[in-house]
Amino acid sequence: MNDLASAASTALRLVATADPTVVQVVLLSLRVSLTAVAVAALIGLPLGALLAVARFPGRRGVIVVLNALMGLPPVVAGLLIYLLLSRSGPLGGLGLLFTPAAMVIAQAALITPILAALARQVLEGLWEEYAEQLRSFGAGPWRAVPTLLWDGRFALLTVLLAGFGRASAEVGAVIIVGGNIEGFTRVMTTAIALETSKGDLPLALALGLVLMTIVLAVNALAQGLRDASARWAG
Amino acid sequence: MRAPDTILPLQAESLGFAVGGVQILRDVTLTIEAGPPTFLIGPNGAGKSVLLRLLHHLLIPTAGRVSWSGLPGEAARRQAMVFQRPVLLRRSVLANVLYPLRLAGLARAERARRAQEGLDLVGLTALAGRPARRLSGGEQQRLALARAAALQPEVLFLDEPCASLDPTATRAVEEIVVALAARGTKIIMTTHDLGQARRLAGDVVFLHRGRVLEHSPAESFFAEPETREAVAFLRGELVW
Repeated sequence: MNDLASAASTALRLVATADPTVVQVVLLSLRVSLTAVAVAALIGLPLGALLAVARFPGRRGVIVVLNALMGLPPVVAGLLIYLLLSRSGPLGGLGLLFTPAAMVIAQAALITPILAALARQVLEGLWEEYAEQLRSFGAGPWRAVPTLLWDGRFALLTVLLAGFGRASAEVGAVIIVGGNIEGFTRVMTTAIALETSKGDLPLALALGLVLMTIVLAVNALAQGLRDASARWAG
Repeated sequence: MRAPDTILPLQAESLGFAVGGVQILRDVTLTIEAGPPTFLIGPNGAGKSVLLRLLHHLLIPTAGRVSWSGLPGEAARRQAMVFQRPVLLRRSVLANVLYPLRLAGLARAERARRAQEGLDLVGLTALAGRPARRLSGGEQQRLALARAAALQPEVLFLDEPCASLDPTATRAVEEIVVALAARGTKIIMTTHDLGQARRLAGDVVFLHRGRVLEHSPAESFFAEPETREAVAFLRGELVW
């Protein structure tokens, strides 16, 4: 009990004094996850919009697969990217394994299906509402994609936040492809896992606090977006 | 500026529409000429909205065809439609009017000019910056009309534009319809409001159970309907 109390107070001090180790780990976490979200958004959102408007044989199958991939375990995503990037893998020549770039790729692979599946759900409802009017304007499904992406912007930002939450909180993928190398590929989740097993509870707790704060902030932002969207959408 | 040629008359030849084995329209042959508004009226389920959508090419007929005059490809660009429930984009009032103008490939200055004109026509200029979907029901329908009018269509389809509006808003919509008709836009609209048809219609197409039973000038249709069904409908009896 005493240990816990002193660990907690040390943790607070680490956060309050902006301990360089903590700061470095937090910044790398944010850089990796935000980049992963950006990459996943560029692929996942248009893909979701296309799935919302396109009608082709096998569409339902694609949607089922995409929805299933939302539950892809991070360690499996990490393993797949590891196999791709390892020296003997097809992309081994790039030398990306155990770099932040590899972590970005793994997290992007993990959340692209999530963004695509959620975007599909959000935009399909919008398309049902807009389809007839847009066709009357002479806009077919292809032209509708950018329109839907823009008109669904508030809901899609919430989707992005969900993706960011998932990316920043996962440990399995980044630990496999990043290797948790101190000062280079160590992020909040991998550091917490390592420090806890090493018994360095203050650092683990400090990082846990920061992670929780970030998750809280993200959710507050999501709520704010929903309110803003209600003002626009009526 | 409209080209001197015209896409009218609009012709429907033996038009039929069935969905899931249910015949909704059958054997509709109709010629709609330029001039005052044409009203499609008839009891609920007569097929008014479906006929409107077939004429506007939102639905593909299962029999017969719709044809326009003029150059092929011209017709689609020169018609517009306003729906019973206005479909407004989640953007500002002004952006809603600009949207189809950009799709139509108009230059920026022309888009701005036409959007301004459209908003002036329906009296929404002061609300140009407001989110469109926060407008009242009547304002939303006026915005939908402004958006369609800005396209300067030769033919404007209106599907029960006042069905969910109060009398004040209905009157505003009717005034806009009159103004558009006066500047040469051919209005083709459905309504279940006989008073509205009497006020605005130049000619009337009477539909009953998916068939066109009468097509005549409004005056003679309301004075001396030719079919038993139309007589009953005008008397306000329940017909189906």
